[in-house]
Amino acid sequence: MRLRRFLNRWLLFVAVVILIPLAVESEYYLTLLNFIGIHTILVVGLNLLMGYAGQISLGHAAFFGLGAYTSGILTGTYGINPWLALMAGLLISGSAAFLIGVPALKLRGYYLAMATLGFGVIVYIVFNELQTWTGGPSGLAGIPALALAGFSFNTPLKLYLLIWPAVIFILALSASLVDSRTGRALRALHDSEAAAESLGVNTQRLKLLIFVWSALYASLAGSLYAHTMNFIAPSSFDIMFSIKLVTMVVVGGMASIWGSLLGAGVLTVLPELLVFFHDFEVVIFGGILMTVMIFLPRGLIRGLLDLKEFRRYQKEGGGLSG
Amino acid sequence: MEILSPLPQYIVSGLTNGAIYALIALGFGIIYNATTIINFAQGEMVMLGALSAISIYQLRPSLPLAFLGGVAAVTLVGLAFERLALRPVRDPNPLSLIIITVGGAVFIKGIAMLLWGKDPYSLPPFTGHVPIALGPATVLPQNLWVLGVGAVVVLILEAFFRLTLVGKAMRACAYNPRAACLVGISTGRMVQLSFGLSAALGAAGGILIAPLTLGVYDMGTMLGLKGFSAAILGGLGSSLGGVLGGLLLGVAESLASGLISSGYRDAVAFFLLLLALFIRPQGLLGGKG
Repeated sequence: MRLRRFLNRWLLFVAVVILIPLAVESEYYLTLLNFIGIHTILVVGLNLLMGYAGQISLGHAAFFGLGAYTSGILTGTYGINPWLALMAGLLISGSAAFLIGVPALKLRGYYLAMATLGFGVIVYIVFNELQTWTGGPSGLAGIPALALAGFSFNTPLKLYLLIWPAVIFILALSASLVDSRTGRALRALHDSEAAAESLGVNTQRLKLLIFVWSALYASLAGSLYAHTMNFIAPSSFDIMFSIKLVTMVVVGGMASIWGSLLGAGVLTVLPELLVFFHDFEVVIFGGILMTVMIFLPRGLIRGLLDLKEFRRYQKEGGGLSG
Repeated sequence: MEILSPLPQYIVSGLTNGAIYALIALGFGIIYNATTIINFAQGEMVMLGALSAISIYQLRPSLPLAFLGGVAAVTLVGLAFERLALRPVRDPNPLSLIIITVGGAVFIKGIAMLLWGKDPYSLPPFTGHVPIALGPATVLPQNLWVLGVGAVVVLILEAFFRLTLVGKAMRACAYNPRAACLVGISTGRMVQLSFGLSAALGAAGGILIAPLTLGVYDMGTMLGLKGFSAAILGGLGSSLGGVLGGLLLGVAESLASGLISSGYRDAVAFFLLLLALFIRPQGLLGGKG
């Protein structure tokens, strides 16, 4: 039964992904969906790190940016094959994450938060200063579209056909990671590091693996972003973007693969819905981050369900209200 | 010799910025000692201090009033932040507390943008614009104010922690919260006090630096992160370490921007942070990591 429910859920998701482009013609909505897809890839990775490994990265925008700039510079300036450039981005982001993760994760506590924060700021400054390569604050233009066997992904619809299969693949990969032996070790690690260690889990190596893994997702999302926009500028990769990603994870619910999709969706659409959002953006993101974390620490959906459960419990005269 | 001649100048401006980083670092340390929380909203208290002092000064141009009023207002914000955002947390694990303070920082910054707008404001220097020749360097009176008031604040703080009963109680809490609780110290009260105190320190730093750098809604993020780097560099929770880390960071940054390239000025602080984390994570003066 569990297997069937599991399969149903995935089939439903794939069906929705296939049906949407048949129903949606507006290029605006397709572009919005593409951004949701790119954000989902980023958020799933960060969610694995926060929800399962119990660590936080405050500089995930840096890995996103490394992927984007590697793809952008190699294809736009040097005319290298975009798929090779994407691989190069993965290599660079993964190595950077490894180099930061090894020393930072050796220590107990939240040193990874601090190290990634510092790394994020440095990478942002380098994007601005290394003008000969990155184009500096005014950005890097002329990034070609991705192409596969002569088929160029150069319209929102075609990009949708590239990005959403990638999202399905990443979600499935993450779900199977969580359900694997490694995933069980991860959950043990999250509940009690000491207990996990006593059962023979190499917690330090596991945390490092997840951190590098999430950086690879971010880099992939960055490459897709560069080829979607055909233009990138440092302002897309600042600390505020890292914090937005954390907000998406928190809203969707930590340790939830599907929640990542929800968090990315809600917080990508919200700024588009509210016209006055621009000036209030910072306040709203900060406010959401605080309130959800204080009152619904399990995320929006599960938090609201918990509240409903609690109300029903109270109505039946049980327990806490007593 | 020509390359070396501006060196004293760099050191003076580095020490000035460093004194501000030190005040922020001390704020981080006080909260960390009381709660083991890293309060990422600390930098926003610096910004609030600068901007509220400027607003008070515009209403009634008296610098002492602006200084005290700014510090008092931000202390209230610090207390309110602890009461409203941190005390109601149901599951106070370090990860959620970090996320909440990051959210708080962003929230406060956004509110400040709505209240004060995006334009920078200036505060007049405490005593005039006339530079003073001090050996090979020329110094603005405000530089001396920053260093002097910074030193006085640090000394008062040390005296508070070593000589007063409340200060000793706070140190007891930092050392062992449960034991402190057993001898009748209200740890909750101490946590609240630590938030008020570190907000006051941040505000003082912001008001001191405002005449040199202008006050603007987004100044807090960078200052906060650098103060944080200073705290890690010196050893989180050690007050002497915080001061040393701040001054060291200020001078290193000023030398690097003067001698290498000003564009990478902000990167220096974070490079030192990463270096410290990798080589000596407990900081220069910290105990065991």
